[in-house]
Amino acid sequence: MSSAAFVLIAILTLAAALAAATLQKLMHATLSFAVALVGVAAFFFLLGAEFVGLVLVFVYIGAVAVLIVFTILLTRRDVGKDRGANWSGALLAVAVFGGLGWAVFKTQSVAIAAPHIRALTVKRIGEALMTSYVWPLQCVGLLLTAALIGALVLVMEEKR
Amino acid sequence: MSKSVDQIFVNAKQWLLSWLMPAPAWVLQIASSLINIFTLLAVFLTLFALMSVLERKILGRIQNRYGPNRVGPFGLLQPVADGIKMLIKEDIVPARADKLVHFLAPILIAAAAILALGVVPYGRNMTPFTIDGGILFFFAVGSTTELAVFMAGWGSNNKFSMLGAMRAIAQMISYELPLIITVLPVVMVVGSLTPDRIVAAQTGYTLGLVPRWFVFTPWGATAFILFFVSGLVESNRTPFDVPEGESEIVAGHMTEYSGFKYATFFMAEYIGMFAITGLAATLFLGGWHSPLSVLEFIPSYVWFFTKLSALLLVYVWLRGTLPRTRIDQIMNFAWKFILPMSFTCVIAAAVWHYAGRGLRGWLWSFVVIAIVYTALSMLLDTQRKFAPRIYRFAE
Repeated sequence: MSSAAFVLIAILTLAAALAAATLQKLMHATLSFAVALVGVAAFFFLLGAEFVGLVLVFVYIGAVAVLIVFTILLTRRDVGKDRGANWSGALLAVAVFGGLGWAVFKTQSVAIAAPHIRALTVKRIGEALMTSYVWPLQCVGLLLTAALIGALVLVMEEKR
Repeated sequence: MSKSVDQIFVNAKQWLLSWLMPAPAWVLQIASSLINIFTLLAVFLTLFALMSVLERKILGRIQNRYGPNRVGPFGLLQPVADGIKMLIKEDIVPARADKLVHFLAPILIAAAAILALGVVPYGRNMTPFTIDGGILFFFAVGSTTELAVFMAGWGSNNKFSMLGAMRAIAQMISYELPLIITVLPVVMVVGSLTPDRIVAAQTGYTLGLVPRWFVFTPWGATAFILFFVSGLVESNRTPFDVPEGESEIVAGHMTEYSGFKYATFFMAEYIGMFAITGLAATLFLGGWHSPLSVLEFIPSYVWFFTKLSALLLVYVWLRGTLPRTRIDQIMNFAWKFILPMSFTCVIAAAVWHYAGRGLRGWLWSFVVIAIVYTALSMLLDTQRKFAPRIYRFAE
């Protein structure tokens, strides 16, 4: 049952990703990108990592997709128009794919059985974040605060 | 006796499942989910129908008029008439609209609203969908609403729709932050993101009289009010209904929708309202616990729906009394007052915890909130003088 779900979600995710890359209208591409992200979140659910899946939906659909939509709307006037083929993007994609494929094939396959992992509960993630990873967490917090203040400074009205 | 009445729905579901008994586990799981889904939909769609007529009745009472009173006894069959009217209306799709996006938006918005209902505990052992991070699920699902509103606004290819969607997204993003931060103190104090555990943490009575609900602590009361106001904004209701302000932008993102799609938007709005008030009751008002130990014989789900109805009544009451705010007022209110106050709630909850969760903690957290509240009100006071208006030309 779980492998059937895997195949189904994989097809959906890949189709949405392909649509995001090929659709003519930018807004349609953004929306299919959001669908692809939902598919990735579904994978995490399937693997039992509910927290990561939920955060993915939360951050990527609730914030990043909306951000992209706003960016498109506020910067372009030809939202509905066709976009031409972007060869540099295709080149970049091929390069990234090639690099990743090379890395994957270069890695020796690990034949040992996966260790039994305890259920990844929110409580365990919280404990790990607040004990062994407290410094990275604080640094990320500082970075985000700096980014927030920077954004505010950028849009602040200049005083004459 | 009272125990069996309390568990009547849980037992009914077990009884239904026992009919399929020699079935494999996954069949039982799917059947159990289907029973949950159909019950949830039946209960909340009925509640939506009831709410739509009761709201109009109560608004009528507030505004000194009758409200619907022609269809059925006391106008109670009004939703049936409304439903038939919506179904037989022509479904108009603008010629220049993006057909697919225009079609998908109401479906997505309704799906998101209904999914959010799944994690709320409606009574003892009555959570339809138990998940480790239930609170997170609620907000993750809720955050997809923004994209759906945007799809409705953009897909309609109409200026009013687009403006309404922009306003809606702006205000929903601004208020999602305080909405989540006001939940944080509860999550901190309970130490869990599971709604069932949060309800369980509010069991019992102080001195055998006052229930241990979080709303009876200073941080809880503040967080509850902030959560309630933010929830009001999230569900785009008066006084925060600028995204669909009729006097300015027709109906906002719903301008180009007609017939049943329009009704779906309204259904999503009301179901979102039920979900957010249900979560407010779960987080701060003790969920399905009774307010007095003497009244514990009344079934848990009755208490839950009593609290839900009380909160909904306040929603209607506010709609009937307050005028619409401006968008800049809404934004200023969010970023300058509600957000600092919700951070204060987090700090006050920590103070309450470390001062021993008793009377001392109560006093100290009260002091923290009082200081920040006074400081904020002094800072935000624009020192504008209000004098009686002088009429120069109309004596």
